[in-house]
This record gives sequence, structure tokens and C-alpha cells, in this order.
Amino acid sequence: MTRRSEFAEGLEPERYELHSPVSVIFESGRRDFFKFLGAGVFIACAATKTAAFQESGKNHRGSEDDLPREIDAWLHIGGNGEITVFTGKVEVGQNIRTSLSQAVAEELCVPIARVHLVMGDTQLVPFDMGTFGSRTTPVMNLQLRRVSAAARDVLLSLAAKQWNTDAAQLTAADGKILDPKSNRSATYAELVQGQRLTQLLPPEDPLIPAAQWKVAGQPVPKVDGRDFVTGKHRYPSDFKLPRMLYGKVVRPPSFGATLVSFDAQTAQQIPGVMVVRDGDFLAVAAPSTALAVKAAAAIQAEWKSVPQPSSKELFGYLKKNQIASEREPAYETGNVDKIFASSDRRLSGSFDIAYIAHAPLEPRAALAQWNGDQLTVWTGTQRPFGVRSELVTAFHLPEEKVRVLMPDMGSGYGGKHTGDAALEAARLARAANHPVKVVWTREEEFTWAYFRPAGVIEVSSALGADGKLTAWEFHNYNSGGAGIRTYYDVPNQRIQFHPVNSPLRQGSYRALAATANHFAREVHMDEVAASIKMDPLQFRLKNLKEERLRAVFEQGARQFGWDKPRQANHGFGMGGGYEKLGYIATFADVSLNPTTKTLKVERVLTAFDCGALVNPDGVRNQLIGANVMGIGGAIFEAIEFENGRILNNRFSKYRVPRFRDVPVMDALLIDRKDRPSVGAGEAPILGIAPAIANAIYALTGIPAHSLPMAPALSARGYQLS
Amino acid sequence: MPSKYDLKINGQTFSVDVQPDASLLSVLREQLDLTGTKYGCGEGQCGACTVLIDGRAQRSCLTPVSTLAGKSVVTIEGLAKADHLHPVQQAFLDEGAMQCAYCTSGMIMSAVSLLNNRENPSDADILQFMQGNICRCGSYPRIVAAIRKASSAGKELVR
Repeated sequence: MTRRSEFAEGLEPERYELHSPVSVIFESGRRDFFKFLGAGVFIACAATKTAAFQESGKNHRGSEDDLPREIDAWLHIGGNGEITVFTGKVEVGQNIRTSLSQAVAEELCVPIARVHLVMGDTQLVPFDMGTFGSRTTPVMNLQLRRVSAAARDVLLSLAAKQWNTDAAQLTAADGKILDPKSNRSATYAELVQGQRLTQLLPPEDPLIPAAQWKVAGQPVPKVDGRDFVTGKHRYPSDFKLPRMLYGKVVRPPSFGATLVSFDAQTAQQIPGVMVVRDGDFLAVAAPSTALAVKAAAAIQAEWKSVPQPSSKELFGYLKKNQIASEREPAYETGNVDKIFASSDRRLSGSFDIAYIAHAPLEPRAALAQWNGDQLTVWTGTQRPFGVRSELVTAFHLPEEKVRVLMPDMGSGYGGKHTGDAALEAARLARAANHPVKVVWTREEEFTWAYFRPAGVIEVSSALGADGKLTAWEFHNYNSGGAGIRTYYDVPNQRIQFHPVNSPLRQGSYRALAATANHFAREVHMDEVAASIKMDPLQFRLKNLKEERLRAVFEQGARQFGWDKPRQANHGFGMGGGYEKLGYIATFADVSLNPTTKTLKVERVLTAFDCGALVNPDGVRNQLIGANVMGIGGAIFEAIEFENGRILNNRFSKYRVPRFRDVPVMDALLIDRKDRPSVGAGEAPILGIAPAIANAIYALTGIPAHSLPMAPALSARGYQLS
Repeated sequence: MPSKYDLKINGQTFSVDVQPDASLLSVLREQLDLTGTKYGCGEGQCGACTVLIDGRAQRSCLTPVSTLAGKSVVTIEGLAKADHLHPVQQAFLDEGAMQCAYCTSGMIMSAVSLLNNRENPSDADILQFMQGNICRCGSYPRIVAAIRKASSAGKELVR
């Protein structure tokens, strides 16, 4: 298979949220339209919606191949010796504030404590498409290394010039340039004198090889960890401004409902409350959240609902509602039909994938402030520039009038790519002439955000007498195209993604559809292996050439004890693959209590190769976290809906992994110092679901073909915890 | 009608004028600018809003201010003494027991409550007590390790 990044071929189809129009286009673009009516302000606008497509996400300006080459776009050395670094990547818990600081400290030869990152402020940092797709480490980490190395060379030249010597005689260390011969030294601050480094990055990159790293490659603790254990750090939802009001949107009772009429008399009598209606957007702003909630509840709104499908009929619905016009040709090689027609060793399987929710612990939040026609928004998003584009479109503003800032936020997992809360806060702030903060409730987060796509996956394969796969056919309906191609060596293949009219708003989720596609592929592999009574590891290795993928399977199996005798009533399973440039294999040990028919995941090990490790501790944290999150989607998470409503829109109804759901977990990190460093936030989530399913199959003979697995197992009398 | 309440928080007394059913969480965040205590669900299911009330972990989102007369509240901001972190805070740092860290305040306050009220909790005790706190990033194993570490670091009661 090719190893080209998906980015070279455009965005994955299941990033639906990036291919969709901005969620609301406001009719009222001009301040003079508003009427202020004392305590209660009421604004009415024409209830029509224009469709305009956001260009963000597909914005190629400043693409990864075309990053600014001026050092000072990225890095500034202050008069006090402090290093300020500018990047459009954002910190959402994946710990890149630390790993990027390590890259700078390494190449610039400064203590890491002196490196400060400005992240995701659209006014100060170079354009960035967003923090997704595991691109920070392969792209931004490398870019900041180049920038820092170039800055170091500039400093060496400055000192050489000052001392009238050869730069090659000088060394850089601890924020100083030293001349070992004369024992002279000068700090970076003294050399730069507050000037901007306007030099361009050299075409050649004299980077320090990973094998010689001193700061990168180390388990450096979270750089601002103290602010998080003391409660000092301000998340987007914590921001506050003088005169600020709290916003609350009056939501429709069901998806797709339109506003027919409303009565806001009672709400407007509450002191300090303002009501805004703009098309189907109906919201209030008030001096406290409690008053905003009270006012929103007091509004009598009549909505026109439209019929909606329910989760009970989901999988049939997906097959019936394909969008043939958007389907791209299948990936084909060899002649699948011919092999299937002539083979007597064929196996097929169908897999169901439920919608699940990201449920970031910090819900969407935004604080918006207008200063004349200048809009500033602090918001939790993985795409500050994307949100800026949405605001530009929704408010008909020139780009330079909008500034989006992204304080390190309470996680995203691919769920915070859009600017919903930012649009709402900005609309209210414009009407109120006050700064307005909107923080979604948990119920809103579970209902009005977008979901990880549901899907149906069908797999068929044929096998030769020698245990090698001869044909492979794979169809994915709706869930997505990431990781859809097989990394096993099969001469005849047909692989296709089928777009569907989704009943729910859907979009990116950590690792995208690679999770679903790996689940179906890896579970099918075990069933084929079982059909010829071959060990699952041997079967994989027989059909796999890729050296790095073989390595994670083999080394992981060794560490896990795959070949060791298994305890009675224990089953082992594995699942692995390649995604976002990382190689991963996960192994699970599942036990069965034969009396209660209770299945329990006892132990999990993941072997992972993401090139040269920038921060082994951070990678380990991501890897364990990905497995914990993956357990939810593997075993019990599923969104239930009916009549355009989410039925399980709270943590009391939607189960997420908790302390007692976590098995013993181990990580085997393969540090390939000879390979480029790549991301660790996504690939590690791929193996856990198939590993658990395959362990259950080995133990009980029951094929687990659904994500989540627990409901179908329960129907067969087994409890999976 | 709003009423006046005197609240003892982190050793200081604050007078607030709010509805009797106003939650402690809303008062901390909106009136006193103590934003270390987080909103996560509003139904006591996630633990992000956990504070100590008379030394025990409580969900501030479900605690009306009218129930706090004569009681002492400690939030994450009141845990460290000047530069000296509480052993649980220090252990969370040492173990790197966080990712986005939005749950961390609540995790730490719950853990302090556990250690306030139980000598050397077993792993089973820790899991049971912490079961009501969600870390969506999945740092659970490190959080357990941090609590174990803080437990052996010696007792530092917080009331």
C-alpha cells in the first residue's frame, strides 16, 4: 500500500463537519439594525436562511507544504532571554505544549523553562488548518525544530561577527553562545537585542539527530502542570470580562425543527434579560446563568418538527439511504470476482458501528466581545482559524476584523472542530452590546454537537491452500474511509466507501473511521485464521510484509505472553494496524466466569511505533488514554435516538469508561530513533476493540460484530464488563 | 427572592446575595471567580465540580448555598499553602496524572477527601471512592498511582 499522507489526497470523507456549511448564517450584519429597549431588548429578523459554504478546513492558504519561512513568524527572543514561539496548533490535553517546547529547547539550546508557546491566537500565529489528523508531531514539531535550528545559526553568526571569529568555532548552550578558545560568552538576549529575526529558514536543515537529543526524547513533565493542579489555569469556559452576560440558546425540541412563532413577554420582564431571534436562532443573555436559564425557560416557542428515523432502525436505514452520486470508484486491484467464483475457502461478515459521542469533559464554550466592528472570541476549538472563517461568514465581516483565541481547553477528541458556541456568543454579544459567554450544558453537548459516524461494514475474503489471502472485498457504509485499505498482502482487492444521508449530524472523532475499519478487518482476520485452525499471530505474519507492523505484532506478542499457557477460562485476542503514520498492535486477555457468564477484560498491552519518541511519558499517557477511551466505544457506548431527540443525553444515561472499567494496562514503546517522529493521539485507539472481540471469540466462539459489543453479547446471555 | 448568605470558603468568609437554590458551583464560578471548580454535567455524575464541605467531597453543582450555614468549604484554590502543594497535588504532578486536566480539580478534591477519612486505602477502596469522577482522557491508572503515592506520603488533613 502507499504510505502517502491522506492530506496529500485531501481530507477524509468522514470529516463531515468540515465539509458542511456553517451552522448558522445571521441575517443581521449591521449594528444599526438593532433596537435597544431598556432592560429587555428584543430583536426580530427575517426568518430565512442563506446557504453559504465555509471555506475553512479546505483552506489551502498556508498549507503544510507552504509554511512561512521567516524565523520571526514563529519565534522571538525577548530582551530578557525568554523565547516566545508562535503556533496555530492548540493544546487539548495531548500535551503538545510540552513536546513542542522540547523541540525548541533542543534545537535552540535553551532551558525548556525559558520557552513559551503562544498557541491558537489567530492574530499572532501563522495560519494553521487545525489540530487534527495527528499532524502536530510530524509537521509542527519538525517545523519548530527547523526554526529553532535556524535561529541558533543566526545567533552563532551574530556572535562570530561581534568577536570577529569563525562561527564554526563557537558553540550554543544554555541560552548562550560560547567561544571555547577565548572563554567569551554572550547570552541570546545580548546578541539579539530585542530585534526580530527576519532571516529565512535555510533550505538545508542541520537538525540534531534523535540519537543525540538531550531534551527531546526525554519524559519531560507537563510544562505548566502546576497551574492545572492548583486550579489556576483558565479554560475557555472560565474566561470572564467586565460587563459580561451569560447566554443561553432556546433549542428546538428535535433535529430539523424550525421556529414558527414565539412569545418572549415573560422572559423580557426579567431585569437585565435580552432576547434575540435571528432566523431559527432564538436565545437570551442575562447577568447570570441562572437568570439566563430562567428566561429561556419562560419563552413560549412553537416549532415545526419533521419526521426523523430512530436508532432502532439505524443499520437498515444506512444501507437504504446511500448517496450514490457522491460515491467514489472503488479501490480495485487484481480480479476479486474471478477469485471468489473459483475459491472454496470463502468467508464473509457484516459489522454494525453505532454513533458515539466525544463527550469532552469541558463542553463547548465561547466568550465573545465586540469593539465596534472588531470581534474577539475566546473559545475551545481545535480549529481557531476555522472558527474565524465561520464567524467571518456568519457575520459578513472581513477576516482582519475577527480574532479567535484558544486557551488550552478541556479536550476535544475531534469533536471541537466547529464554532457553534462562538457563533452563538458572538450573535448575542452583538445584540446585547456586552461581552457574552455561552457554555453548553452537558445535554446540549450530547445533542447539538456532532457524533462519530455510525456505519455498516461488510467484509469477504478468499483463502488459498497455503493460508494466504487471495481475495479481499470490503465495503463501508457511512462510517468513513480512514484506514479502509488493508495492510495485509492480498493480490485481489475491492475496497469501497459508500456515503449515506446520515440521520444525525456527524463528523470527525479520534482516529476517524480507522477504528471501525480496523475492527471489522482484524476481527475478520481471526475468523479466517480459526477456519483453518491457524494461530491468529501466525496467520497475520503469513499475510503481512510491512516490517514495522510485523515488529509491533511480534514484539507485542512476546511481551504480552501470547505463546505462554493460558489460564482456564481466559482468552487472548489481538488487533493492530497502521494509521496516521503510526504502527500499533494491541493484545487483550479476557476472562469468563462460567457460572455468571460474565466476561471481563483483565489485561491489555499495546505495542506502538511512532518513530523517534519526542516525549515517551506523553506518548504513554496518550496510549493508555486511547485504550481507555476505546473501551467505551468497544463495549458500551452508543447514542440512542428517536423522533429527532437523543434519548441518552446525560452521563447518567450515556455510560463512559470509569475507574473500574480499566483493566491492567501496559505499553510497549518502540523508539525508532532512525525514523521521523509522528503523532500518538490517534493510532493507539485502533487495536483495543478487535483485541477484545477476538479474545471473546477465542473464549466463547461467539463472533462479536458490533461496536459496542455488550448489547449483542447480552442478548446471548453474556455480560461484558 | 435573593437572600444574603455568608459562605466560609478557603478560610475566608464571603457574603453573597443569591437565590436560595443557587448552586455552590454557580456562586464559586460566577460570583467569586473561583473557576478551578468545573462544570461537567450538572447532575453529580462526573465529579468535575467536587469541593470539600467540612472535609468531605461533595458535588458543588448539586449543593444549594442555603445548606451551607456554618459549614466550611475548600476548593482547589484553597488546597496549597503558599508555595507548598498538598501531597495529593504534588503526587498528581509527579505521576503526570492528567491530560487535558479539566477533571483534575475534582479528582484531587475527591482524593483529598478519601485520604482525609481513610488511612492507607487499598486499590479497591480508591476505585470505589473515585468511581464517580470521570476522566474522559483516560488517565485513570495514573490517578490511582498518584493517590497511592499521596497516601504513603503522609497525612495532611484538609477541613
